[in-house]
Amino acid sequence: MPDPVLSITGLKAHYGDFQALYGIDLSLMQGEVLAIIGANGAGKTTLLRSISGMMHNGPGQITYRNQDIGGMRADQVAKTGIALVPEGRQLFPSLSVEENLIIGGQIGRKGSWNLGSVYKLFPILKERRALPSTSLSGGQQQMAAIGRALMANPELILFDEISLGLAPIIIKDIYDALPGIIGKGMSAVIVEQDISKALSVSASVYCLQEGRVSLKGASDTVSREDISRAYFGIE
Amino acid sequence: MEWLNALVQGTLLGGLYALFAAGLSLIFGVMRLVNIAHGDLIVLAAYLGLSVTTTLGLHPLLALLMVMPAMAAIGYAVQRGVLNQTLGDDLLPPLLVTFGLSVIIQNGLLEVYTADPQKLNAGALETASVAVGGLSLGLLPLLTFGIAVAVIWGLQWTFYHTALGRAFRAVSDNQDIAQLMGLIRHHIFGLAMALALAVTALAGILLGVRTSFDPSIGGGRLIFGFEAVIIGGLGNLWGTLAGGVILGVAQTLGAKIDPGWQVLSGHIAFLLILAVRPNGLFPRISA
Ligand SMILES: Nc1ncnc2c1ncn2[C@@H]1O[C@H](COP(=O)(O)OP(=O)(O)O)[C@@H](O)[C@H]1O
Ligand SMILES: [Mg+2]
Repeated sequence: MPDPVLSITGLKAHYGDFQALYGIDLSLMQGEVLAIIGANGAGKTTLLRSISGMMHNGPGQITYRNQDIGGMRADQVAKTGIALVPEGRQLFPSLSVEENLIIGGQIGRKGSWNLGSVYKLFPILKERRALPSTSLSGGQQQMAAIGRALMANPELILFDEISLGLAPIIIKDIYDALPGIIGKGMSAVIVEQDISKALSVSASVYCLQEGRVSLKGASDTVSREDISRAYFGIE
Repeated sequence: MEWLNALVQGTLLGGLYALFAAGLSLIFGVMRLVNIAHGDLIVLAAYLGLSVTTTLGLHPLLALLMVMPAMAAIGYAVQRGVLNQTLGDDLLPPLLVTFGLSVIIQNGLLEVYTADPQKLNAGALETASVAVGGLSLGLLPLLTFGIAVAVIWGLQWTFYHTALGRAFRAVSDNQDIAQLMGLIRHHIFGLAMALALAVTALAGILLGVRTSFDPSIGGGRLIFGFEAVIIGGLGNLWGTLAGGVILGVAQTLGAKIDPGWQVLSGHIAFLLILAVRPNGLFPRISA
C-alpha cells in the first residue's frame, strides 16, 4: 500500500486552556476525497485550521508528503500545496472578486488553475469580476472562495462547511462542479453537515465527536445506525 | 484680498499637515496601530536631514534621497523588531510602546543634537515666490502642497493598483486568511511602516525647511496629523488631504483675527467637525 499524502497522529489542539482536539488519527491517500462529519462544536474547523497552519500543533502530529507541517505558519503550509476554503467563505471585503482570486494565486505554485480556468468553472465570477466581493450572493461567494483556493494550484484542498447557509439549488451547482475540481488528482477533505451529500462525494468518512474520532469507514459501506451513534454519541 | 490670501496660505499649509497625517492614516488603515511616536519620527527625519545637509553640504531636498530610505529602513526594523509583538486584540500595548518610543526618540535627539532650535537651509527656495492674481505665493508652500497631492495620489494608487496595495488591503481585512494566501503579515506590516516613514521623511524635511525645530515639537505635529486624519475620516487618504487643508485654513484664518489664535482655532474647527460628524467627513473605515 502506498504512503498516505497526509497523515495525522495523536493531534491535540487547544484554545487557551480549552482543549478542542484529543488525539485525532487520520490518513488520506493521494487523490482521495475524505468527508468529515460531526455535530457543531465537534472540532471539525479546528482540525482544518490545524492542518492549514492557522493553529500550531506539536511536532510530529501532522505529516504532509513526508514533511512535518504541524509547527509551520499558514503561509508556509500554503506553499507546500495545501489550500483551505474556510468556513463562512471569508473573502476579503476590500478586494474585488478578481483581486480575491489573484491574491489566492499569489504564492506562485504552477499548475492548470488560473483566472481563465476558474472563470470557465464559474462563469458568473467572470461577469462579476470587477465588483466588490461583498456584492456577491452567498453561493457566488462560495464559488469565489473555492476559486481563490484553486488559484494556489493546491494538491490538497480543504473545504469547511461547503454548503452551509446556501440554497439547495446553489448547493447542487457547487457539488456538480466538484468532480471538475477534484478529478485532477487533487486530494480533498470535505467538512459537510449534509451527511448524504458527504457520503456521496467521498471515498471514506470520519465522524468527530467532542474532539475525538468516533467513527471512520468507507463511505459506501458505513451504516446509518453507526453514523447516528457516532454523531450524537447515543447508544 | 487679505482674507483670500489667508485662505490660500492656509490651504497650502494644509499640504504639510496632510503629509504629517498620511503616514498615520496608512498605518492605522493597514494594522489599526495608533502611532504616538509619529510626530517624533517627523522630527527625527528633520534632524537626519540636518546631519546630511551639514556634513555633506547637500540641499535639503537632495538630502531626501538619503533620509527617505533611512527612515523606511528604520520603519521596517522598528515594526518587525518591536511593534509587531504588540499587535493583537488589545489596543493598549501598541499605544504604550509607541509612547515609550516617543520618549526614547525625544531624549535621543536631545542627547545628540541638544535642545537648541535648528533649521534646514534651503537657500533661495525659502524666499522665492510667484505672483498669482495679486497674491504672492511662496514657492516652498506651493511645492509642499504639490508634493502632498502627489504623495496622496501615489499612496492611493499603490493601495488600489499594485500587488503591495492588494496585500495591504487583504491583511487589513483579515490577517489570518491573508496569511493563508501566503502573505506574511509581519513582513507586510513592516513594509507598510517603511512606506509610512518614507512619507514622514518628506514631512520632516519640509517642516525643517519651513520652520525651526527642536526635539520637543513632535507632540504638536502628532496632534495636527491626528486632527487631519480624523477630520477627513479614517481610512480615506484624499479625506486626509481635505482634513489637512481644513486644519490649515482654520489656523491661518484664526491667526488673521488674532495671531495668538492660530493653533486654538485649528483645534476648534476640529472639535466642531467632530461634533457634527463623529466619523469625520469622508470615512471609509467605521471606527
Ligand atoms: N476561537 C476559539 N476560542 C475558544 N474556543 C473555541 C474557538 N473556536 C472554537 N472553539 C471551541 O472549540 C470546539 C470545536 O470548535 P470547532 O472546531 O469550530 O467545531 P466545528 O467546526 O466542528 O463546529 C468548540 O467547543 C468550540 O466552542
Ligand atoms: Mg466549523
